[in-house]
Amino acid sequence: MIAEAGHYALVLALGLALIQSFVPLLGARWGDPALMNVARSTALAQFVFVAASFAALVTLHVTSDFSVVNVFENSHSLKPLIYKITGVWGNHEGSMLLWVLILALFGGLVAAFGNNLPLSLRAHVLAVQAWIAGAFYLFILITSNPFLRIPNPPIEGRDLNPVLQDIGLAVHPPMLYLGYVGFSISFSFAIAALMEGRIDAAWARWVRPWTLMAWIFLTLGIAMGSYWAYYELGWGGWWFWDPVENASLMPWLAGTALLHSALVMEKRNALKVWTILLSILTFSLSLLGTFLVRSGVLTSVHAFASDPTRGVFILLILCVFIGGSLSLFAARASQLKQGGLFAPISREGALVLNNLFLTTACATVFIGTLYPLALEVLTGDKISVGAPFFNLTFGPLFVPLMIAVPFGPMLAWKRGDLYGAAQRLLAAGIAALIAVALAWAWARGGSALAPLAIGLAIFVVAGAIVDLVERTGLFRNPLAISFRRARGLPRSAWGSAFAHAGIGIALIGIVCETTWNSEYIGTLKPNDLIPFAGYQLKLDSLSQRQGPNYREMVAAFSVSLDGEKLSVMTPSKRNFTTRGGASTTEAALLTRGVSQLYISLGDTTADGGVTVRIYHKPLVLLIWYGPVLMAFGGMLSLSDRRLRVGAPKPARAQHRLQAAE
Amino acid sequence: MKRILVAACFLAVLGLSPARAVLPDEVMSDPAQEARARDMSRELRCMVCQNQSIDDSEAPLARDLRLLVRERIAAGDSDSQVIDFLVARYGEFVLLKPRFERQTLALWLVPPLLLLGGGLALWMHVRRRSKAGAEASGSPLTPDEEARLAALLAGDPPTERR
Repeated sequence: MIAEAGHYALVLALGLALIQSFVPLLGARWGDPALMNVARSTALAQFVFVAASFAALVTLHVTSDFSVVNVFENSHSLKPLIYKITGVWGNHEGSMLLWVLILALFGGLVAAFGNNLPLSLRAHVLAVQAWIAGAFYLFILITSNPFLRIPNPPIEGRDLNPVLQDIGLAVHPPMLYLGYVGFSISFSFAIAALMEGRIDAAWARWVRPWTLMAWIFLTLGIAMGSYWAYYELGWGGWWFWDPVENASLMPWLAGTALLHSALVMEKRNALKVWTILLSILTFSLSLLGTFLVRSGVLTSVHAFASDPTRGVFILLILCVFIGGSLSLFAARASQLKQGGLFAPISREGALVLNNLFLTTACATVFIGTLYPLALEVLTGDKISVGAPFFNLTFGPLFVPLMIAVPFGPMLAWKRGDLYGAAQRLLAAGIAALIAVALAWAWARGGSALAPLAIGLAIFVVAGAIVDLVERTGLFRNPLAISFRRARGLPRSAWGSAFAHAGIGIALIGIVCETTWNSEYIGTLKPNDLIPFAGYQLKLDSLSQRQGPNYREMVAAFSVSLDGEKLSVMTPSKRNFTTRGGASTTEAALLTRGVSQLYISLGDTTADGGVTVRIYHKPLVLLIWYGPVLMAFGGMLSLSDRRLRVGAPKPARAQHRLQAAE
Repeated sequence: MKRILVAACFLAVLGLSPARAVLPDEVMSDPAQEARARDMSRELRCMVCQNQSIDDSEAPLARDLRLLVRERIAAGDSDSQVIDFLVARYGEFVLLKPRFERQTLALWLVPPLLLLGGGLALWMHVRRRSKAGAEASGSPLTPDEEARLAALLAGDPPTERR
């Protein structure tokens, strides 16, 4: 009953999406506010119905209704409640339902909070949202229905893939989808602008908060996925240049570029055409990511060919939306008026440079990810494009970008003073040089690359600090005045400083982890003692333990430093009896400052020993603190704009207007 | 068989089997040689896996390849000889960083060309715009506009630099 209700709710949502995809457009064409306002109600109702559908699937999973295929294949009655819930999106059908839920959520948000948008713009935006939503509702209903029943319900389910039974991976997909799907808003705004043939700085002001919100979630989602891989996969890697990761990195790079170009458009009314194109590309890359991950084309081109229904359907959606939007862009872009002028050395110029490097980096990831697929389809030859390729091509692109980052905020709009900016960044430059010297001395020779990279990272962080110091006039004015100026500083200024510092922080972590990590691989028996990276580790015991739906072997290591016992680390290896004996490694992590000691277990040996892998990862946590700082900067910036979201008027006047409505 | 292989690599990718990459018994006695083996392993693909190097992979095939690499190193092969040997045996697919060849031309050239092309296009755009801008700014202001400008300049300019 619940399954059928969920299914029916989704069908109703499809119906609403169909209405929403053309009625508001007719309204806009005829200038009929009533018809245009239909979009508002349908968008809100759509969200209600998709939410109901999603709630139905969650209920089915929680109550372990194994008469539903989706629950049978991905759940087990003994599974902990939290994973029964998160298991909803731990599979293809459920995750697509989450995708449309978030899409409907964003549509609903635009409908609910878009009162200050021009009526026809809102109508257009919501109509485009409805096209996307309609396409994906159809996709789910035709190829990936999560509500299908089994004629003879089995007694027990097959359980969720054990690696997915982890809190990190439970939160990762919703975050990532909030990012992916969030970019649909900027896409819809771009298409609406092209259809209306009108675009101005106010447009950018409306789009920027949505883009920023999507970007924050995508940043956190990617970071979380990376941390999950780090502690769950058992060998301490945190980025593999896997196509699935690249699929999320591409929209992030394009979205980051979009944030910066929309800034130019908002402040200076320039780069309009480019911003529109970036909006389209960013969401197109999100769709591409969905296609790559959901079609199975990554596992193998042949897997895609042997069961093509889903893949071909998403490919069709992809072609229609990307092809259609780019054609519209080609036809209409020339009508958009060029905006303000600026000198090459200016804030705008710096942001354009940022866009050049970010889009090139994005294109590099794009070609590296798709080239093997394309080559295999075209010639049948198989090649691999992996981490070494990306490190070689992607890395160098980020060096000039990072050098430019501190300069951007120092330059004035329209016409900047590079020499003056360099003078003001002198302190940051000196800090960077000191960092290079220190890192070099500490590493006692070795590759010069790592100390230089550390210097670059310090330059970026120090540049962000210098920016704040300059703006508040610290050291030049009495402290009280600086403090007042700091409080008066727009949140967006704080936001960009934090976000920029975040990249530097992440880079420090990346360089330290990859250059100076140490590793021990060996077989240990209980009571074996090994010195490692300055610590003494002793394997105290090996024992077996029973979990809710698994058995695990737990090793207890006591870790001491200079004879003083620090902690006991208990890495384990879980064996999921419910899933055909599949096993996962649960690494043990000991955090010291921002560095970590990492132990993961391998197999037991015949003579009672166990294979262990122990890593010392210096400053590794900075890799994820960086993105968290970036997201925090984004939130600050977002809070700055909250009162002005789409509101060119002061907030109070706007309230009065709303009251009058 | 193929299905099983696909399934096996899927399981390996998802980390369903415990970490088995580089086992203690594989490690070479000479640290310099072992370091070379590790560096090379990171550039070689485990062919039954999805995007994993043989250094990371737990699949039995990856272990065989790791042992093979070490065998060749012990036999005195240079790095490029080892790589050539593996490519001759397993094809280009084994390399995670494709060689610069006819069929990978686009792969290697697109990023730098895009950067150059983008930079060039920007440069030309800026030149064209600044020329047009110079012409546009040549027109003198009307007396009325001059007066407004003077009034604006006399007033407090906004201090905030944004």
